[in-house]
Amino acid sequence: MQSEASNDTLSNPELHVKSKLTATEFAIRYGFLALTLGLILFFSVFAEGFAGPYSAVFIFQSVAITGILALGVTVTLVVDGFDLSIGSVATTSLMLSSYVLVVWEMSAFAAVAACLAMGAIVGLINGLLIVKMRVPDLLATLGMMFLLVGLQRIPTQGRSIATGMTLPDGRVTEGVFSKAFLALGRHRFDFFIENLVPVSVIVLLVVGFLVWGFMELTRHGRIMYAIGSNQRAASLAGANVNRYKILAYMMSGVLASVGGILLAARLGRGDIASGNNLLLDSVAAALIGFAVLGAAKPNAFGTIIGALFIGILLQGLTMMNAPYYTQDFVKGAVLVVALVFTFALSKRGGAH
Amino acid sequence: MQNKAVELTGITKAFGANDVLRGIDLTLSPGQVTVLMGANGAGKSTLVKILCGVHSANSGTITLDGEPFSPSSPSEAIRAGVVTVHQSINDGVVLDLDIASNLMLDHLTAPGAGFFLNKRKHRAEARKIAAAMELNVDVTQSVSELGLADRQLVAIARAMAHRPKLLILDEPTSSLSAVEARRLFSLLDRLRDGGAAILYISHRMSDIRRIADRIVSMRDGKISGVFESAPLDYEGAVKAMLGHAMTDVDINIPEVGVPVMQLSDIALRPDATPFSVDLHANEVVAITGLVGSGKTELANILFGLERPVSGSMCLLGKPYHPASQRQAIGAGVFLCPKDRASNAVVQDFDITRNITIPFLARHSAFSFLKRRSERATARRIIADLGIVCQSDRDEIGSLSGGNQQKVMVGRWLAEASNLLVLDEPFQGVDIKARRDIGHKIRETAGGRATVVLVAEMDEALEIADRIIVMADHTIVGDHRNEDIDLGAVLTQVAGQQSETTDNTEHAI
Repeated sequence: MQSEASNDTLSNPELHVKSKLTATEFAIRYGFLALTLGLILFFSVFAEGFAGPYSAVFIFQSVAITGILALGVTVTLVVDGFDLSIGSVATTSLMLSSYVLVVWEMSAFAAVAACLAMGAIVGLINGLLIVKMRVPDLLATLGMMFLLVGLQRIPTQGRSIATGMTLPDGRVTEGVFSKAFLALGRHRFDFFIENLVPVSVIVLLVVGFLVWGFMELTRHGRIMYAIGSNQRAASLAGANVNRYKILAYMMSGVLASVGGILLAARLGRGDIASGNNLLLDSVAAALIGFAVLGAAKPNAFGTIIGALFIGILLQGLTMMNAPYYTQDFVKGAVLVVALVFTFALSKRGGAH
Repeated sequence: MQNKAVELTGITKAFGANDVLRGIDLTLSPGQVTVLMGANGAGKSTLVKILCGVHSANSGTITLDGEPFSPSSPSEAIRAGVVTVHQSINDGVVLDLDIASNLMLDHLTAPGAGFFLNKRKHRAEARKIAAAMELNVDVTQSVSELGLADRQLVAIARAMAHRPKLLILDEPTSSLSAVEARRLFSLLDRLRDGGAAILYISHRMSDIRRIADRIVSMRDGKISGVFESAPLDYEGAVKAMLGHAMTDVDINIPEVGVPVMQLSDIALRPDATPFSVDLHANEVVAITGLVGSGKTELANILFGLERPVSGSMCLLGKPYHPASQRQAIGAGVFLCPKDRASNAVVQDFDITRNITIPFLARHSAFSFLKRRSERATARRIIADLGIVCQSDRDEIGSLSGGNQQKVMVGRWLAEASNLLVLDEPFQGVDIKARRDIGHKIRETAGGRATVVLVAEMDEALEIADRIIVMADHTIVGDHRNEDIDLGAVLTQVAGQQSETTDNTEHAI
């Protein structure tokens, strides 16, 4: 009798109509990808030199660090959190790696290890503040952001780090950015064309693939989505909510420190003024990602498309001679449109 | 003065396919305290929300002092003279403001209120209100510094300051001490003498005995009993609220198996009487009792969410002290929580994902999920429970309430357990889904002990082999569900030493 009931509905044509995509649903699902393709076509036709491997690689490179940070934000968004400290974790990582290389004169390996550990520890502290001290996500990570922005300036009295600079105690630094470390920022792999693809782009793709796989294919990712949707239900189903939240912030911290390492390797000095835009750009990419494929939720694939979308738009506009100061306006406009896609048009976004 | 302050005629309200109110006719007279009783989901709070302007009725009319009354917002209802003190205390006060501002809040939001605030005048007004309520507090104090009881009194004082025609109080004493409750009752007495109609929602028999002029029982969205001739028939009211229409379900009580869970001398609260109870395999036990009788605490203790004040638990002969819900699940003790929307349903997930959440380890290899295994389980549950859907990938939100509940129960039936606790599994569920869920629980009960927490007597009679009654955080009755003396059960449910048992008609 029970199976009868379900057979009835399966054979009921009226119910089947619902599963077909209406025009709006189609627009919500594929609208953003179509827009991205349209943009590429438009610039290929109207911006000279836009279509080509070097331009494509340049776009990827321009969004690689932002994209890696954005993947970290995505992970925290999945558990219904928000990490505002990523930008300052990245710049702290930039300064820390420079300090380890130039002042302590240690190896590239030590610099990378120190940065990853720093990112993990900052993530752990963020997580503990949020889970144990019950500080709201935004406030805890905002506080951490300020703390790190200040902290990274203390060892050098607010100056950038480079070989030959004078330290507060009067010593002159003799360490250099080792070749191995600089290679992280400057080496290019051959891909059909010699010296085409920079390391940062490879890192972005690998990290993107790993985060996507973790979130979509493993049970841990599934539980993190459950926590983000209904924390209490996830907890009553046996999920260790606190541990997963801390894990999310640690992942975010580590990814941000990776971004910082790549930035340091590209710049070749501990530039105190770099990385100001990282936070806002990566948050924008993660939020634009909500609109991709009508997901209406944070997702790794969408985040990368979001980052690329901004990159394509800025590259194309630059090639068409749009002035640099319009960039932030364009990014903001894209974000607002994407958010409308996510929340107003999609049923799921509107239901909550 | 008219002798009808408020008159409701044929009020109905449905949320989607769920009929919450099915035609309410009710008159509330000035100078009278009407106590409204009803189990969870009977429709009390919906009725209150219609009266205070949060919801509007689908059909039916309300008149206030003979005038049609259909408030479109809470502030409109307040201005018309219908004032509500809500159960959740912090909804009734603004924590960060001082007492004076809280007392004057409705004046501040009233149309025509001045743009600037005259603080001195504002405080003087507030002091007058506080004095009228015998509320001895410094009105400049912030409400967040007050204890729960004082906050509640502030909320009530604010309500009283409107000189309401109808005052609605939703479980107002649930966080008050006996002394504070007495203060509230004397206030209500004065207000009643002043000619206000009072609608008082409560489950506390002691409150009801103290304050009620009249009791109205609600059940399944209808008025199931009105008791107004003195002496009031309290037990009749409880009976009308819980229902006792014998259902056509015949329970053949099977042989019970070994004791699975043994509770010894468990005290749920420091002042509660300890109790001991054994739960056996192949046995379905319904635990019933009013709201606040300790059912939920007992479920929480079994599931590792709380620890008992004293006493010990044994699972299959071994000591059992779960420190978390994860340990409980690991030991084979599952809880299907009440209030599925807030405690169970993951809105962003489809049916399959909702079902497999607790047991993802079973559906994964090296942490990688095996979609096929997940979907096979989901399909099995969908077929077993007769969940009406298009496929196992349907969004959970697209299902009806009954089918959502089936998914939630199915989540815990997907794996074998030693003890399955279901807290109000029939909440917001239509009769067909209720039968399906009940059958499935019964059918699978063989290898485990099963505990079902229900407030409705009908549901207990329909599903259980054995009915345990809780009151005052302890077990007060244990009955085999066979030729059961329903009167005795209801007396125990009503609790409080059952002083009024003179007019009992236990014939069933």
